Amino acid sequence: MLSKLWNTLNTLSSKKPLKYTLYLSAIIIFFAIILVPPIIGILLKVGTVQNVLDQPALMNTALVAIQNSFIIALIVAALDLLAGVPLAWLITRGKSRWLSVLDTFADIPFVVPTAALGYSILLFWSSSGGISSLFGYSLVSPGWLLVMLLHFTFSFPVVVRVIVGALLDYKMEYERAARTLGAPPLTAARTVTFPIIKPSLIAAFSLAFARSLSETGATFIVAGAFINGPVFIQGLKNQLASGLPAPITQATYEGGTVFASIILIVVSLVIFGLIRVLGQKLTLPFGKGLPLVEKKLSYKKTAWSRNSVALVVFIVIVLVPSLFVALPAFQAIATGNTLVQAFTGQSIWASFWQSLLLSYGLGAIVTVLGILAGIPMAILIARKTFGKLPSAILDTLINIPLIVPSIALGISLKFFWQGVPGIPEFLLLVFAHLSITYPYFVRSMSAAMERINVDMEEAARTLGARPFTVFKTIVLPITKYSILSGAIIVFTRSVSETGATLAVTSKLVTAPVLLVNWVNSVRGIIAPIAGVNALTVGLACGFLILFSFIILLVLRLLTRKGKV
Amino acid sequence: MPDVRVVNVTKKYGKLYALDDVSLTVHDQEYFSLLGPSGCGKTTLLRLIAGLIEPDSGEIYIGDRRVDKVPPEDRDIGFVFQTFALFPHMTAWSNVLYGPKVKNYDAKQAETIGHEVLELVKLNERLNAYPSELSGGMMQRIAVARALAAGAKTLLLDEPLGQLDAKVRNEIRYEIRRMAKDLKLTAIHVTHDQAEAMSISDRIAVMKKGKIVQVGTSQELYMHPDSLFVAHFIGESNFLEGYITKANGQSEIELRQGLKIKAINQSNVKPGERVVLAIRPETCEMKRGHVVAENSLFGKVEKTTFEGIVVRYEIRLENGDRFVINRPSLTEEWVKIGEDVTITYPLDKAHLFPYPEAGLAEEIKV
Ligand SMILES: Nc1ncnc2c1ncn2[C@@H]1O[C@H](COP(=O)(O)OP(=O)(O)O)[C@@H](O)[C@H]1O
Ligand SMILES: [Mg+2]
Repeated sequence: MLSKLWNTLNTLSSKKPLKYTLYLSAIIIFFAIILVPPIIGILLKVGTVQNVLDQPALMNTALVAIQNSFIIALIVAALDLLAGVPLAWLITRGKSRWLSVLDTFADIPFVVPTAALGYSILLFWSSSGGISSLFGYSLVSPGWLLVMLLHFTFSFPVVVRVIVGALLDYKMEYERAARTLGAPPLTAARTVTFPIIKPSLIAAFSLAFARSLSETGATFIVAGAFINGPVFIQGLKNQLASGLPAPITQATYEGGTVFASIILIVVSLVIFGLIRVLGQKLTLPFGKGLPLVEKKLSYKKTAWSRNSVALVVFIVIVLVPSLFVALPAFQAIATGNTLVQAFTGQSIWASFWQSLLLSYGLGAIVTVLGILAGIPMAILIARKTFGKLPSAILDTLINIPLIVPSIALGISLKFFWQGVPGIPEFLLLVFAHLSITYPYFVRSMSAAMERINVDMEEAARTLGARPFTVFKTIVLPITKYSILSGAIIVFTRSVSETGATLAVTSKLVTAPVLLVNWVNSVRGIIAPIAGVNALTVGLACGFLILFSFIILLVLRLLTRKGKV
Repeated sequence: MPDVRVVNVTKKYGKLYALDDVSLTVHDQEYFSLLGPSGCGKTTLLRLIAGLIEPDSGEIYIGDRRVDKVPPEDRDIGFVFQTFALFPHMTAWSNVLYGPKVKNYDAKQAETIGHEVLELVKLNERLNAYPSELSGGMMQRIAVARALAAGAKTLLLDEPLGQLDAKVRNEIRYEIRRMAKDLKLTAIHVTHDQAEAMSISDRIAVMKKGKIVQVGTSQELYMHPDSLFVAHFIGESNFLEGYITKANGQSEIELRQGLKIKAINQSNVKPGERVVLAIRPETCEMKRGHVVAENSLFGKVEKTTFEGIVVRYEIRLENGDRFVINRPSLTEEWVKIGEDVTITYPLDKAHLFPYPEAGLAEEIKV
């Protein structure tokens, strides 16, 4: 039955109508579900901006917040590159067997729900139980520095992932050629390798930049008195709900959200455009370099210390702080009592397991839908099926959901779908997560498609394979690794997403939402939930991280197994 | 086993005419070459026949069937890519069986076909190796075997020998021809190497800037080039520029500085017309010193190059023109640089062309 359907579709795939139907539906899905609803949602409420314009103090706060967002994002993205390149280098070029473990560890901050990550960072850097206990005072108080540390932590893995991919694909011959021409390793890297992988460096920078701009859930926890764009919006939302410190109207809340979102989106688009244009103009290597210094820095001792610094930065600033929140889990395991309660699903734990199930179920659905909707789009972009310009336009448009603050995305989605009566909350969740994760998948898949020689697909056609067969037998096996790593990002992002989820849901509780509630209860921000304490939070985070890590590992092992 | 017809086909990329109103007929079971400098549209024409791209206008027939709307998988063609395009994630053996598999042959039948074609390309070892582990020559054989196994009736080869080293290239080119002939296939072979095209083709189409300029056997193209471009591109020619002074029957040409020589009037030229006389280096005789003879030119040797079978002499004629001739290296005494020589050229093997509008250099630019 199924194979019959496949055969019919496969035969039809040689015909133009099916091909175009497929591509057009991919485009329609992209516009109708992913791109347009959040934008329309914002535009529907554009009238409320007047409320902000009428309140100069509020507007000022918003503008300062947005300015902060961009400053932090630029600095963080630059620092990410600075620290990420040496680590990626070590992972791809080092000889130790342990490096593949390191490679997997680099993904860990991905699987920690952002809200839990924020709490973890807070605990590590600034509470009395964290690293501060070594110094006897709070090392980093909530504020801009902690926000930067946080953003560095969660954007770092993206940068490492992208650059590791690029370095793995890169042909070593070029660098060897440079070496035979007399360049020491560092000079060879600067003059040959980096110019060649420049697109990936730019992509890594852009992703880190966008991630920093849009993250809401965790930032809010560590921001203290510091305000950036997403924190500003989240603050308005809380203020509307609690009436503290002063009550605000629904219109002011909507106006503030729309105002901040629009400015963030427009400025980001301009910056992304600039990165695109300047990125092409920017010719690496810069200047002449310092051949002698580079030569000295290239060999044994300095290479060793470079690697050590990269490792230490990764472990101390990224890995340990991300996992710190799960530390009480060990205590819970040791005492046993909480663990038993957890496993038997007593009291608060029943809701925890439910939320975990919801999160993983949602993650799986979003991943499958994202792959289905994303593959035709990736092909369109990579193969320029409708011409160069449309492909470039689509390529730019898919970035938009990345740069909208996740909370603003959630809120505007809600504005939009409110118009459709009776739409289930779960569907809203799926849409919100699809919007947020779609760009990651399409990006990684289209990059992989661009690396396949078109000859390969054409050869299969001349040998009698219909387009669907070509996809199944040639494209899929060759891009398997990229599809899976794209899927991993989609899945982990969906499982850890907090800001937009909070914004679109009122009844459904995903694991990150539940954790935020628990964290807030422990921190005394909301009315205490009976049975929730630091121990339970730690254990809950521990479970989430552990399960996600296992899923990641299994997926990764599955892809590593087969050849290519 | 079909003939292939291309009728008034045009293909544009932006403003560039990759193919400009091209028509061509390749006969059933013919081994046919498309020859021309890089960028002239050979690959474009081949990909159009394969269905990998679509023409802007015109018609394409394979056998009796009009195919310009038929997808590549239904054209019964085999395409051998310059890069071979072997599937990197499959072994050599799986690459060969790909065609039968996607055409849903049963496993037994597919294997029989696989063994047959591998026999044909004389490859029976290392079938479990992945393409990245094979030598260029082996990859080439697998690429051909793969195309044959898929049941190709028309074999399209895009510079199939381009990636091989000279020795292997010379061996394999005859093998491909033999296979095509054994299987009674129609083959279209794209190359920019005129020696390759001339040695294996039944007929050759010479292309230039999106047009076919002449079609014929190797001998026809070599002996009777229709244009200066073909005279230059197939083999080698000396071009002497001048004006017609006498035009009936045996014409007379006045070269630079008033030097007068003879040529047979081939292209209906009239007195006073500007012309170019093309003379192939290997058709000329050379004697030491100034000897008065029919159809002869005087000059001085400026440079000699030993090229193995022949010695190549570059000679400055008395009117200042440059002239090249090749002489056998083993059976003749070599002439030294600086010696005066007399060159005699055979009238019937020299070709007279009107001077091209765009200028000589532009006309023969590749
Ligand atoms: N996909 C394409 N886009 C734009 N121009 C192309 C494309 N393919 C070929 N061309 C141009 O068409 C001309 C003919 O190309 P091609 O058929 O590949 O030449 P050949 O195979 O004879 O070297 C060239 O000028 C080439 O640059
Ligand atoms: Mg070509």
